[in-house]
Parts: sequence; C-alpha cells; structure tokens
Amino acid sequence: MNAATTLQDNGLLRFMTCGSVDDGKSTLIGRLLYDTKTILEDTLTQIERTSKKRGMEAVDLSLLTDGLQAEREQGITIDVAYRYFSTGTRKYIIADAPGHEQYTRNMVTAASTANLAIILIDARKGVLTQTRRHSYLAHLVGIPHILVAVNKMDLVNYDQGAFEKIRADYLAFAEQIGLQRAGNDVRFIPMSALSGDMIVERGDAMDWYSGPTLLEILEAAPAAHTEKAENFRLPVQYVCRPQDSANPELHDFRGFMGRVESGEIAIGDAITVLPSGRASKVKAIQIGNERLERAIHEQSVTLLLEDEIDISRGDMIVKSSEAKEPVKQLDAMLCWLAETPLSPARTYIIRHTTCESKAKVGAIEYRVDVNTLERHATQNLSMNDIAKISFRLAQPLCVDSYADNRATGAFIVIDESTNNTVGAGMAL
Amino acid sequence: MTTLTRSTLTHLDWLEAEAIHIMREVAGQCERPVLLFSGGKDSICMLRIAEKAFRPGKFPFPLMHIDTGHNYREVVEFRDKRAAELGERLIVRSVEDSMQRGTVVLKHENESRNKHQSVTLLEAIEEFGFDCCIGGARRDEEKARAKERIMSFRDEFGQWDPKNQRPELWNLYNARVHKGENIRAFPISNWTEMDVWQYIEREGLELPSIYFAHQRDVVIRNDAIYPVNVPLAGGAIINPPKASEQIVNMRVRFRTVGDITCTAPVRSDADTVAGIVLETATTTITERGATRLDDQTSDASMEQRKKEGYF
Repeated sequence: MNAATTLQDNGLLRFMTCGSVDDGKSTLIGRLLYDTKTILEDTLTQIERTSKKRGMEAVDLSLLTDGLQAEREQGITIDVAYRYFSTGTRKYIIADAPGHEQYTRNMVTAASTANLAIILIDARKGVLTQTRRHSYLAHLVGIPHILVAVNKMDLVNYDQGAFEKIRADYLAFAEQIGLQRAGNDVRFIPMSALSGDMIVERGDAMDWYSGPTLLEILEAAPAAHTEKAENFRLPVQYVCRPQDSANPELHDFRGFMGRVESGEIAIGDAITVLPSGRASKVKAIQIGNERLERAIHEQSVTLLLEDEIDISRGDMIVKSSEAKEPVKQLDAMLCWLAETPLSPARTYIIRHTTCESKAKVGAIEYRVDVNTLERHATQNLSMNDIAKISFRLAQPLCVDSYADNRATGAFIVIDESTNNTVGAGMAL
Repeated sequence: MTTLTRSTLTHLDWLEAEAIHIMREVAGQCERPVLLFSGGKDSICMLRIAEKAFRPGKFPFPLMHIDTGHNYREVVEFRDKRAAELGERLIVRSVEDSMQRGTVVLKHENESRNKHQSVTLLEAIEEFGFDCCIGGARRDEEKARAKERIMSFRDEFGQWDPKNQRPELWNLYNARVHKGENIRAFPISNWTEMDVWQYIEREGLELPSIYFAHQRDVVIRNDAIYPVNVPLAGGAIINPPKASEQIVNMRVRFRTVGDITCTAPVRSDADTVAGIVLETATTTITERGATRLDDQTSDASMEQRKKEGYF
C-alpha cells in the first residue's frame, strides 16, 4: 500500500469564516494553520520579522493571513483569500472573506462554495448587527452548517453564563430569519483563538463545555451534497467526437462530457436531454479511458448513450424520471457585485451551468437591508445590494430552485460591454 | 472495470474532478486556448488531467513552453518525450529569441532570465492569438496567489490588476474576453504541494530524474544550496562557482524545477515518490521558501511579477 492511502481519506470540506479582524478571525485561521502544523518555519520566521518591524512583542498569528502589498498600502482587504490545511484524514479549503458591510459581495462569493460557515462573535460584545448580516448571507447562499464561535472567552473569564446568553440571543435571531426551519444545522462553541482553547486542543479553562472542539466539528461535518438525495443533473460542457478514421472503434464515438452537479447515474438508466426533451439510455460512463458502473455528484465524467441524439454544450442531461420543464422567466434573489449599478433598461447575459441566455429585468420586487433585514422598494441596484428580482430570458434554462439544488439554482449575470461578472443570483 | 462503491469522493478524486471541470470550461468557452507545459511536476499533473478530461479525443489545445534557455537538460528532454508520447503538439518559444529581437534586454549577462519569460509569453500569445493560457499555478504557493481567481482576467498588456478582478462564484467561470485580452486559467488552484505528490503517486506519473535524490555539485550561497557547473541541453555549462566558493558534492533533489539560475535543490535521500510524500509531510520549510531564490527578495515580489504579466 502506498503512503497516500495508508490514512483513511475523509474527503474535502470547504468552509468560510465570517467576522472582522476585531473578532479574532485572522487569529483563528492562524491558530488552525499553526496547530495543524500547516505553517512552516520559514513562514513563521517571516511573520516574526514583520511583527517586530511593526513594533509588536509577540508573534501576531493574524499576520499569516496578511494580504497583498496593494492591500497593506491602503489598509484594506480587497478580496476573498483561500487557504489550505489538512489533518491527514481530511483536506480543508478556507474561504476567508473580509467582514465589513461594503464587502457583502465578497461574503457571497466566499459562501458560494462553502458547506460550513464559522460565524465569529466576540464574547464581550455578543450578537451584533454584523452577526445578523453574516448569518443572513450564509443562509441566503444556502450554507447548510452554521457554527457560531463565541471567541475571546479568555476576556470574560471563560464564563459559561456569557456563552449561554449569546447562544440564547442568537437562537432568537435565528428563529426570526428561519435559519433552523430551513433545515440548517446550527451549533455553538466557546473558544479562545488567542490561547488556542477549544480550537484543536481543549485547554483546561472551560471544563463546563463538554461538546466537541472546533476541529472535531470540522472533521465530522458532512462534505457537500451528502445530506440530501438530489436529482441527477449533468450540464454538458463539451462533446467529444474523435472521428479517428484510423481507429474504427472511435469512428462512432460520441462522448458527452460534464460534471455530475448533483445526484447519481448508472449504466442502463433512462435519461432525457433538456431542453430538447429527447430520451435515451446510458451505455457507458468513463473518466478518460477508465470505465465506471456509476457516477456520483461532483465527479467529472464522460457519458456514452445508446442512441445517436443531437446534444451540445449548454444542454443538460437528467434522469427521465427527474426531468423538469425549462423556464423563460427566472425569479431569484440577486446580489449586485459591480460598481456600475444595475440598469433595468439594459440587456444582460445570464450564465447558468454551461448555458448562456440574454436576459432583461422584469421587475425588482424589493431590496433587502442586510443589517435590519427590512425590505425596501427600489428601481435600481448598487454594489452589494441584495434584491428579489425577476428576469425574462431569451433562451429557456433548466433551472431548479436554489433551495433544492445549489448547482442548478445558481447563476451569474454578465455585462456584455465589459464582460465583467456583475451579479450573482439564486433561483427561487 | 472499476466499480465505485463510495458515496463521497476522496480529496484527490474531488480535486481531480474540479480540475477536469475547469479544463472543459476552458475548452467550451475559449476559442484558442493553450496549455503551458514546462516538464515540471505541476504541469505533469495537468497533462494527466487533460487526458482524463478529453480522451479518447485529442486535446482541444496545443502545449506550450516558454524556455529561458537555462532549464535543466533532464527536464527539457522529459518535456519533449512526454509531448511525443501523448501525440500532442508542443510549441516552444524561447527567451533567447526575444533577446535577439531586442524585446528582452538583460541588465548584465548573468542576470536571471526568469522574470523575462513574461515578455516571451506575451509575444507568443500575440503570435498565436491565444485567448486563454492554462497554467499549473497553485494558491498555496505564495500569498499573491491566495487571492488569484481560477479564471484570471488579463488586459491587452497581460497585466493582472488585483483591485479589478472578476467576482468568481460557485463553479460558474466567466472566461469571456475582448480581442487582445486573455484569461489565465488555473485548474489546480486548490491543490497543495502535498496533493500534487499524492496525485503523482496515485496515478503513477513519470517525472524528470532530478525530482529524485541524486548527487550534485553545489555551493552554499546566502544559506541556500546553489547548483553549480550545470550542463545545458546544448552542451554549454552555466552557474560557475565564485572563486571564493567551495564546491560540495551533495545528495539533493528538486522540489520545484524552473530556470536554473533561480531554483535551488534541497538535501534529501528520497529517491521514490513514496519517499517524497513522506518528506513533504514532515518538512518544515515551504516549497518556495526552500527553493525559489527569486521570491526571497521581498514580501511582494510575486505580486509585482504577476502585475507585469508573469504567471
């Protein structure tokens, strides 16, 4: 057996951290990287040097997540940063998003690929406006696991009462936005990122807490999609027709290539191609030249079908029993990402899975204030706004509701004049 | 026939599936993509991913190497051999040609040509009209890469503007460009050095011999191991030691291979992939910290090079 397989592989978990530097977010990430021995000596030496240069006495773990020169010059965080660590059994990808209000678009970006969100609360300050904002956004973008981390417990003498009060406050607010009604898993943990209590090590200051450490929660959290049985969806990315005249076996080869965005498929299953509605059966499933009996969610495969039917990029292959009517009107929650406001008069491009369509705004029903969660009537949208909106589509799209299926419910809006990505949408 | 019985993917399966998806998006969205292949370990993984993405068809892009003329002979030979085995077209463009054209001017004869690859790359992009270059960069390599998009937009001067990147959500990549602009696509963005070695082990991928422990003449310069008297493919020998330096014959391997003038080996006895996986798990120095002499000048040197069109 080789070294790569001697450890049991528990897959890969993507999570995000929500909070500001003041909540100890950078210290938490630094602590996770440090305690899992992801930080190597030369990086540590480098941040020791920087800590000294900036007049600090102890090594500042938050410097581990320090960003670009352009950011340091302006004292701001521009963007989501991705960081990696592994425990030997599981690999982690952290999306580290800046926490301030004007960075709603970064939070939405980070949340879009996360399956768990750590929401940091300063034990001295409790549930704040930004806590509500982060929770609402995590919920909006469909993160199924919320971990409320009450940090800086060392500054409240590790007091259980302080922790319990924050838990009660948070649950009351969670009820208000329907966080748990939607089937989300919400957990609470007291910790101190600075001293390391309850991150990887338990420490000895909080014997009253008997739950798992933060790392134990991460190790046990389900990876994406595994919780609910979703319909099979394979958006076609590319069609392989080698037409190799020297090789008669390949002469008729037509492989439909794409990623199983949800559900699973096996040889012999009846499929339907959307939007055409043509039907066939799965003849073979391959990854490169390797043959599979079935394919599961998130695998990138090549499907061969029994019948010769016309399929191209942008089509979607589904199980015939799980087919759905394509739509030409799209109702959605939309986060506007661009500095140029949305103009209801213009035509945009919507990219959904591997398909694109021109789109016009039908109506903006309301805008959500991410701090108060109040709804306001509006005629246009500015950067970081979140709104309920409808689009009219030139091409029919095979959209599922985002609540049912994150992969086939999500879309982006592109401005054709700049080619910039200007909006992120979640179908209702 | 392989039968998959698990209900979730291992981390390598997941990373591979993501990388295949990204390559197919490039093929589906771009008109004239190219895959950058240097013969190094990351781009060797990329070729395996391309095979899994497109076989039994041909790759929908050629391979290209920007050669500084100062690459290890073993790596250049491997590069040519691998491209031939795959039956795919390999384009080589050389920094030396740019020097002859006068578009690359070295400050002095011994200046490293590494950063000048950007010029040659941009010239090749223009020559062939490429609208997307697929590269093997990883976000864990360096902090200027931690914020890099999977599909990263470059303007017509090849510049990366960290303040003006396209938002990238879910797995919905936007590779649209106007004429003259291009996309750099990074299918293994989310891989770490460890993932790369584990993948090489799992797939049984062949590597240039200098990745494994071997005896080599080196000197110790500024605390780094510096290879000396290195023979090039054409027969010339570069990196002479300074008069004051003592040559040591040491057992070393390369964690990363690139331009000879700025890539240092590490001391090692690991002569198998399994041995390297073990060493990678227990090392205390980052890949670039140990081996890239060009990144150590300042905190920001990678960021600066990327703004100038570097990968």
